[in-house]
This record gives sequence, C-alpha cells and structure tokens, in this order.
Amino acid sequence: MNIFVDILSGGVSGGTSIMYAALGETVSERSGVINLGTEGCMLMGAFSGFAVTSLTGSPWLGILAAAAAGGALALIHAILVVTRKSNQFASGLSLLFLALGLTALYGSGFVGQQINGFDPIAIPGLSAIPILGPVLFDQNILTYLSYVIAPALWFVIFRTRIGLMLRTAGESAEVLTVNGYSIAKVRYIAVVTGGIFAGVGGAYLSVAYSQSWFENMIVGRGFIAVALVVFAAWDPLKVIGGAYLFGSALALSPVLQARGYEINQFALDMLPFLLTLVLLVFLGRRAVDSTPAELRKVFDNARA
Amino acid sequence: MRRIPIVGAAIAAALIFAGCSSTTDTTTESTAPTEAASTAAAGSGPGTGGSAIGFIFVGPKTDYGYNQAAYEGSQAVAAAFPDMTVLTQENVPEDDNAYRVMEGMISRGAKILFATSYGHLQAAQKIAAAHPDVAVVQQGNYISDPKAITPNIGTYFGTVYEPVYLAGIAAGKATKSNKLGYIYAFPIPQTVNNINAFELGAQSVNPKATTSTISTSSWCDPQKQKAAVDSLLKQGVDVITQHQDCTDTIIKATEAAGAMTVGYHADASSLAPKGWLTGSQWNWAPLYEDIVTTALAGKFTGSEYNANFRVGLQDGSNPFEQSPYGPTVTDDTKTTISAALDNLSSPGASVFTGPIKDQSGKIVVPAGTSLQYGDPSIEGMNWFVEGVKGKLAQ
Repeated sequence: MNIFVDILSGGVSGGTSIMYAALGETVSERSGVINLGTEGCMLMGAFSGFAVTSLTGSPWLGILAAAAAGGALALIHAILVVTRKSNQFASGLSLLFLALGLTALYGSGFVGQQINGFDPIAIPGLSAIPILGPVLFDQNILTYLSYVIAPALWFVIFRTRIGLMLRTAGESAEVLTVNGYSIAKVRYIAVVTGGIFAGVGGAYLSVAYSQSWFENMIVGRGFIAVALVVFAAWDPLKVIGGAYLFGSALALSPVLQARGYEINQFALDMLPFLLTLVLLVFLGRRAVDSTPAELRKVFDNARA
Repeated sequence: MRRIPIVGAAIAAALIFAGCSSTTDTTTESTAPTEAASTAAAGSGPGTGGSAIGFIFVGPKTDYGYNQAAYEGSQAVAAAFPDMTVLTQENVPEDDNAYRVMEGMISRGAKILFATSYGHLQAAQKIAAAHPDVAVVQQGNYISDPKAITPNIGTYFGTVYEPVYLAGIAAGKATKSNKLGYIYAFPIPQTVNNINAFELGAQSVNPKATTSTISTSSWCDPQKQKAAVDSLLKQGVDVITQHQDCTDTIIKATEAAGAMTVGYHADASSLAPKGWLTGSQWNWAPLYEDIVTTALAGKFTGSEYNANFRVGLQDGSNPFEQSPYGPTVTDDTKTTISAALDNLSSPGASVFTGPIKDQSGKIVVPAGTSLQYGDPSIEGMNWFVEGVKGKLAQ
C-alpha cells in the first residue's frame, strides 16, 4: 500500500512541471501551432524563475518572471511562424537552442545559489485522508494551483466563446476570417499563452521542486510534454492523467531502488518512454482523428 | 521566409559557443601555430614545444562539483605557467565532439591536453594516436591494455574511495536509524569503489549500518536527484551522500528535511549548516602542475604519468581530500577517523582489506589479503559489499 502512495505522490510532484508545459502546448496546438521550443520555454522559465527568486527573495516574483520569459520566447516563435510563415519545426528547435545558449550564458553565476522557494505545505485535514491525503494534499502551492488551472482551462477551451475561437483557429481558420476575426491575433495569444505555461512548468522545477538551477536542467521533459499533448488528444483533463502517469513512471525507479528491490534501473529508466510508445500505438488512431485540422496541415507539409 | 529559422539557429549556435568559451582563452588561431613552430626547438618528446595547454570538461565549470574542481586546477596551471595559454572548454560531450574540441586546441598551439571526464578516454586515445607529439592525459578512467599505453598518453587519478571510507565512518557514527543512502549516476567501477568504501567505513564503527543505493542514470538531473532524496528519506534513511556531478540539489533537499549530509567533490558545508558531517573534495593543482612540468621538460614518455597513474594516502599525496567537519561531529568520531587515516597512510594498507563479503554473503576478499589501488580488481570492481542494498545494474 505504502509503496503505491510513494509512487503516486512522486508522480504528482514530479509530473506537475510536465503538466503545466503540456497544458500550455495544448492551447498552442489547439490554435494550429506546434511549438517544439516548449523545452526552451521551460528552460527560460526555470532560469528566470530561479534568478529572480534569488535576487528578490520572492518566489512569486520568480514565477512572474518565469511566465514572462517563457512567453517572450514563445512570442518569437509566433512572429516567425504566424507572421513570417516559417517552418514551425525549424523555428521551435532553433528557439530551444537559443534558450539553451542564453540560460547557460547568464545562468552560470546562479548555480549553487540558495533560494527560499515553494516548500510543500500539508493541507490540514485533507492531508490526513488515507492514500489521497499524502498523494494530493502534501504538495507545494504550484501543484495546488494546477488542480484548479487544468479544469479551468478545459472549461475555457470547450465551454466559452474564447475557447471556440481558439478551436476554430485550429480547425478551420478561414471561418474566423469570415466572421471578422484575426487568425493571427488568436494564434499569437495562444502561442504566447503556451510559452507562459511552459515557463511556469520550468520554474516549478527550479523554484519549487528541486530549488536549484543547473544548465539544461529540463533534460527533455519539454519534449515529453509535447508528446503528452498528442496522446491526451488536446484535452486538458486527459493532460492531467497523462502527466501523473509520466510522473509516476519517473518516480518508480527511485522508489523501488530505495526499497532495495532487485531490479535493473536501466530497464526502469526506459519505462516512461516505453509507456509513451505503447500509448501512442494504442491511442494513435484516435489521436489522429482528433488532431486539429490546421495542425494536420503542418504535419502534412512537413511530410511532403 | 525559410531564411529566418536558419538565422535563428546561427544566433543560437553563436550564443551557445559564447556561453562555453573560457575567459582565459585569448589566443587567436592565426598566431598560435607560428608560436608553436618557433618554440618547437626547446625540447623534444610529446608535450614539448607548444604554446598552450588544453583542458576539456564534461560539465559546467560552476557545478559545485567535479568540473569546478578540475577547472580550478586548470586555473592554477594558468597561474603557475604564465608563458603558456590555458585553453578550457566546458560542456564537452563524451563522444566524438571531444575529439574535435581537442583537435581545435592542438591547432591553437596546445601540446598538452587534459581530458577530464571518465567518458573522454576514447577521444583522448584517438587524439593521442593522431598526434604523437602531443601529450594527452585522461582523468579518472583506466587503460586496461598495457599495449594501448603509447608514449604520449596516460591516465591519472586520486584514490577517491579513501576519503569516502573516512566519511563513511562519520556517517556510521552519526546515523540513528542505521540507514544510509547513496545516490549515484552510473555503476562505473569508481562509483562502486566509493559505495563499498562508504559502507565499509560505516560498518567499521557500526555493524548494523546499511547503505541503500539509488542510481539516477544521469550525472546531473536535479529532478531525479530530488526524487531520489525523497524516496530514501521515506525509507528512514538519515544520512545521504552521492556521486553526482552537480551536488547542491541533493544537499539542499537533505538539509531541508533535517537529515544529514556527506558531501562529494567540493566543500558544500555552507549549503547544509546543520546537517553537514564531512565529505571528500579535490585539490588538483599540485598534480596538474607536476604533469605539465614533466611534459614541458620532455620527460613525459616513460614517466609515471605515461601509465595509469594512481596516487593515494600511502604515497602521502592524495589529490582527493577529506572535507572539513560539520558542527555535530563528535570528538570521539574525529579521533576514530584520524586513527583510520593514519592506518590507511601506512604502507600496504587498504580500505579493501579482507575478510570482505559481497551481497550474497560470499567471501570475495579473504582474510589476510587486500585489494590495492591500481589493481584490476579495484579498477574493474563490479560487486557490492554485504550491507549495501540495491542491485548493481550491469
């Protein structure tokens, strides 16, 4: 029993950063723009969040800075792909390398700095509930916020006028034009929103979870987030489940090793990626069906 | 329209290289080879006649750990040899890129190269084969085939597990739960040496002490490090140590939870004012300077550095030293450690003195024998001692 609690609580605390990034990427892709620079936005967020928290002493200012930095990088992506119509994949990857360079250059002075970030706060009462308590209610404030933000985002995307415009931009952009709206404007907002979320996801790692900054500290989680969006079928609620699944797969290795299980850790390390492949195989058909049409054009162009 | 991403990539690449280049790197490619040619007459043999000394590091020079210690060593060399230009490059991957970076350093006048990461060995061997006039030394790995040690290559290292054994004593004395934790990257022999030495040190003062191990499969992944700390603490572990390149996430998380820390690579006691016990740290300057002096004098070939050079307490100079003690370490513990240090400094002494059992209870080192540093049994160690928990992945 206890072991499942450990794995699941590790899954929630470890999956939250992926969840923020994947929620942001969901918004961006819903508008028809894929951002492979999500990893870069997370790096910008992780660095800016840590640096500003270190300089000002306020983790909240750090999160604001992270959101701004992630949003700024995504804005470059938006300018390149929406206004200049350049290749979305090339732009995203270029921005990732830009972020790697920038954060390495300015980040070296912040390695080893100490900050007062967001520590876990057990919610009185709720945290005493068996299983659910330690898994869900002994986390940090950014995790608690994500419990509200993910369903709220679902509501916005599927139940509001703004969400309708977003989905229309992704499904049949011409309809927006016909109705007198600007496709570009909607996509700019969506892409920058995606960057803001990814920035917060990055800062979650540096300001809340590990409370330290290292060059290239995201190590591929941004790409996991992009993959997650696909098999969550561009649905924020499914993103929650997917992020926790990934988080749990990542948590499995240390939990089992700490208990002295005779397992091969290299096999365990493969698990999150194996899981991705398996899910993509099983969900592949369905995911293709629910791909926003404008996004499919992007993929089709890349194929040709 | 297609130009834009390419421009972006170029800017990004430029920034990456700007971020990586060293502050001491001031040579220009046009002048360096001429200088090299003009001074070539000064001596002969690999390592002579150059105008520069190159160092490559696998990680950033500010990691509070392995790379920072090596970088500081390179700066000591720069200060000790003001006539030479010291070229440094951070973040050099353990693949063919290392070869290319070293090739670039040679073209800028370097005749002495330090490849400072374990995984740089292959690139170091390749560059040594391509340039017989360049002395190449590799830090931490081991060339097991004597024939592969050509006149211009060698490996060097300190006896890492000796201070780790001493720190294990401190951990064994301090633990209340008798559960120690060790977070490591990969099951390379050096790490296995350390884990075993740590447990043996702890056992020497506390037979009940066990060491739980967690591999992160990465030299620096803060998220995995934090998850490892959390998992160990949940199992009641109250002293955590590590073999990682970046160390501060683990130390900070351990301190925040009120558990005790044994450091590695650098003195990080400021990160854990309450829980710091002791640790192990590098002091590369004397060894680096001696290697450079030897090579510049044309005496590299046939020297102790033209081999798998290993130095430990018995030689009176281990570049890997014990870190200062934390506030809670008792005088009794300090006395015990100091006695163990004297013992290990005596001729023929070893951390791995039998009888030592492996995890299955089988005696691997019989009573009356010991494993000596530089032996293949230590350089290729692939088993955990009894008392270490966790499977060694192979």
